[in-house]
Amino acid sequence: MLKDIFITPFADMFSAPDFLLQVLWEGLVSGILYALIALGFVLIFRSSRIFNFAQGIMVVFAALTLVGLHAMGIPAWISVVLTLGVMFVLAVSIERIVLRPLVGQPDIILFMATIGITLFLIGGGEIIFGGENKVMISEELGIPTGDTVLEPWGGLLILQHLDITVVVVATALVAALLAFLNYTQMGRAIRALGDDHQAALSVGISLQTVWVLVWFIAGIIALVTGIAWGARAGVSFALEVIAYKALPVLMLGGLESITGAIIGGLMIGILEKLFEIYWGQPLLGGNTETWFAFVLALVVLLFRPQGLFGEKIIERV
Amino acid sequence: MTETEGYVTADGRQIGGVLMELKDITLKFGGVTAISDISFDIHEGEIRAIIGPNGAGKSSMLNIISGFYTPTIGELWYKGKKRPQMKPFEVARMGVARTFQNIALFEGMTVLDNVMTGRLTHMKAGIGAQALWWGKARDEEVANREKVEEVIDFLEIQNIRKTPVGRLPYGLKKRVELARALAAEPSILLLDEPMAGMNVEEKEDMSRFILDVNDEFGTTICLIEHDMGVVMDLSDRVVVMDYGKKIGDGPPDEVRNNQDVIDAYLGVPH
Repeated sequence: MLKDIFITPFADMFSAPDFLLQVLWEGLVSGILYALIALGFVLIFRSSRIFNFAQGIMVVFAALTLVGLHAMGIPAWISVVLTLGVMFVLAVSIERIVLRPLVGQPDIILFMATIGITLFLIGGGEIIFGGENKVMISEELGIPTGDTVLEPWGGLLILQHLDITVVVVATALVAALLAFLNYTQMGRAIRALGDDHQAALSVGISLQTVWVLVWFIAGIIALVTGIAWGARAGVSFALEVIAYKALPVLMLGGLESITGAIIGGLMIGILEKLFEIYWGQPLLGGNTETWFAFVLALVVLLFRPQGLFGEKIIERV
Repeated sequence: MTETEGYVTADGRQIGGVLMELKDITLKFGGVTAISDISFDIHEGEIRAIIGPNGAGKSSMLNIISGFYTPTIGELWYKGKKRPQMKPFEVARMGVARTFQNIALFEGMTVLDNVMTGRLTHMKAGIGAQALWWGKARDEEVANREKVEEVIDFLEIQNIRKTPVGRLPYGLKKRVELARALAAEPSILLLDEPMAGMNVEEKEDMSRFILDVNDEFGTTICLIEHDMGVVMDLSDRVVVMDYGKKIGDGPPDEVRNNQDVIDAYLGVPH
């Protein structure tokens, strides 16, 4: 038994390094998507202390809107632009209708409000686009479908072109967001707002503008994740699940930390894949990916309640 | 509005004309009157202090100037124009910078980033250009950074530039807050009890910085302070408030000998 846990998996890894690479690669692909979506959570949390329960449904809504618009005969790329427009309108309406009247309310009320947004988007999405599964318009968007086969150490490594595209686009988006947050005044305003509303107002930051902006960024992230995940698994309300995968990522990384979200996302993507292949399938009958991330987060929280990268809470009296 | 001429201070500095004028300001919270019918003005280039015992309405007055409160009655004239009702961030963009009594800094960010937020009012490039780190946005960032470094040098906080603010001791946090306000190159700098909770040495440092700022950049400063000694040394003119009313207004020496002021501070049954 102990041998199966501690020795066999590693022996397998060394004996078939090409397969290990394959597993790592697939973990990286999901990991970068987790990281991206976790960034959406972190941005909204940092600028408004709201835990945005609606992030998952925004992914579904964006993907549905894109597919729906295309089904109406609008060319693919114009649909993308229009969907971005819809996400912007959504951001403005959320700020106007939901957030603005609730300014200064306790966090839990704002959290409940995002659950309300979720239910509203589920209902609205079903009424407008119908509840049945749809196919992502990956071909029309020019997302390549083939694969590249490499042969490291005489083995076999298959890289889906879709996955390569996802990694490239998501990495670029994450990098762009990081640069925006760290090296521009608007990015600084976003980070500042979460720390102290009063101070933010006193340096000329408009709450409303920043909130619309972060919700719009969350919308862009939702669209990109929606396209990427939809292309792999189809467009349905089940896509929402990917956002719940971001929860353990946030627990690991800490809700405030942007680096934490990225590293946490990659870690969970890769570790859950490794665990599934080398421990889950041989020892536990497989399908561990559904729960592994949560257990990992739980274990981390036992030892570091603020997450791996969260702000350490120092109480000074 | 009548454009009043400037005046010359006791130590011979020439002070400019009226920059801001508050006319018949009354502020009520429900049935409580925090400020009743106060008028005073702030001249360009002077250090104007508002003093008074606890609960006199000093902070409320500062909050009115910075737009956090809207007066129930009264007008606020700024640079010769009546200021309409505005949100705090709009007031900030008109060149009014402030610090807070209980430090309000962005604790998770470094000193440098905190001070950089002070430059937000000078941001002209659009969000799109910033997101793409495009031409104008980049030049602006560089120019802002230069100004910020100048302020950081001036307030002698170079050695903590990269430290997260949350880790700094109280006195330094106060100084970082001043730096952030100063980075905005404000027309009026509002300081809400800049010396509160400081030891003697920190108070001396802060006084020196306030005087230097006024001297070097010609910044108009309006400050609230408890500590009479400090105020009298620093300021050119003093408004004294008690129970929401103005009981004195003038140069420190004049105010010091005002019987109402002495009563308010020593305590006389009302």
